Amino acid sequence: MADFEPTIVAFCCHYCAYGAADLAGSMRLEYPTNIRVIRLPCTGKITPVFLLRAFEKGADGVYVAGCLEGDCHFIQGNLVAKPRVNYTKKLIQEVGLEPERLEMYNMSAAMGPRFAEVAREFTERIINLGPSPLNKNVKIKKEQAA
Amino acid sequence: MVVGERKPFDEITRMLEGHKKVLVLGCGGCVTVCLTGGQDEVRVLSSQLRMARDKEGNPLEIIEKTVERQCDPEYIDEVQSLVPEVDAVLSMACGAGVQFMAERYTGTPVYPALNTSFVGGSKKEGYYVERCQTCGECKLYYTAGICPIARCSKSLLNGPCGGSTKGKCEIDPEVDCGWQLIIDRLESLGQMDRYEEIMAICDWRSNRDGGPRKMIREDFQR
Repeated sequence: MADFEPTIVAFCCHYCAYGAADLAGSMRLEYPTNIRVIRLPCTGKITPVFLLRAFEKGADGVYVAGCLEGDCHFIQGNLVAKPRVNYTKKLIQEVGLEPERLEMYNMSAAMGPRFAEVAREFTERIINLGPSPLNKNVKIKKEQAA
Repeated sequence: MVVGERKPFDEITRMLEGHKKVLVLGCGGCVTVCLTGGQDEVRVLSSQLRMARDKEGNPLEIIEKTVERQCDPEYIDEVQSLVPEVDAVLSMACGAGVQFMAERYTGTPVYPALNTSFVGGSKKEGYYVERCQTCGECKLYYTAGICPIARCSKSLLNGPCGGSTKGKCEIDPEVDCGWQLIIDRLESLGQMDRYEEIMAICDWRSNRDGGPRKMIREDFQR
């Protein structure tokens, strides 16, 4: 099902990725509307519970976007998040979801174009994977359904 | 602390086959410290179980709860009202907690979600090492605070075996020779005379060979 509208949850760090999203908006950059941004004070706040709950509630894909490595506002929050994301990949694999449905990205607040690019790349990846078996409200693209 | 590791997910899902509603019960003691059985782990496992069963179109209802300690009657009494609501309890405690739950709630199956691994400590967050085998005959006085039962792969009592090479054990070059550690520390403490003392054969009756052990403080009995 390559033509569905995925629901993607993006956990974004306040100081970097969220700033990048803001900049992408100011720059009038287009990116898919599937992304639901959740702002975190720092990606170091991420635990497997957050990520699993997003999948449990039907997200087709989830990504965490933190500052560039070495540039965390809280020194190493993004480095804390990275292994947790990798660990959660294993947890979703145990359940039978593809680990590729979860990813971690790094970007600075000045990287508005990169934010849009990640949104496009990840949306494409999830479209190729198809809807999550836990998504109860799979949306087919309007033009396709019509 | 008692260190536990989560059982493979497949094994847990097999245990719960046929059940529609379960209580996933965490323990706030040792397994919270070693990040395998506390509140967060209860949430993670519950999420995984719900997702796996949802995917099969066979939903599982879960009550999530964590008590202070499952190895104390007063704390497991707290779930008295929850247990009758479920088909089974999945305990995220060590083996002692699982058995305390099973003894207290005789009419409901209680399953273990963890494999109880060893008695140890944290080197750092998320890194746990074995330090005690609860043999009941502590020899740490003679061995500079390093346990020959737990740290020597062969649990030898009088010096290293022939397999010790450059301070490492023959079972694995990553493993320190327990006796090398003992001798180095005795030397640095100026207590090598303790090494000279021949330790008698270990009285394993105080270990598991004497059957299940108990410890009673008479002054606390009522």
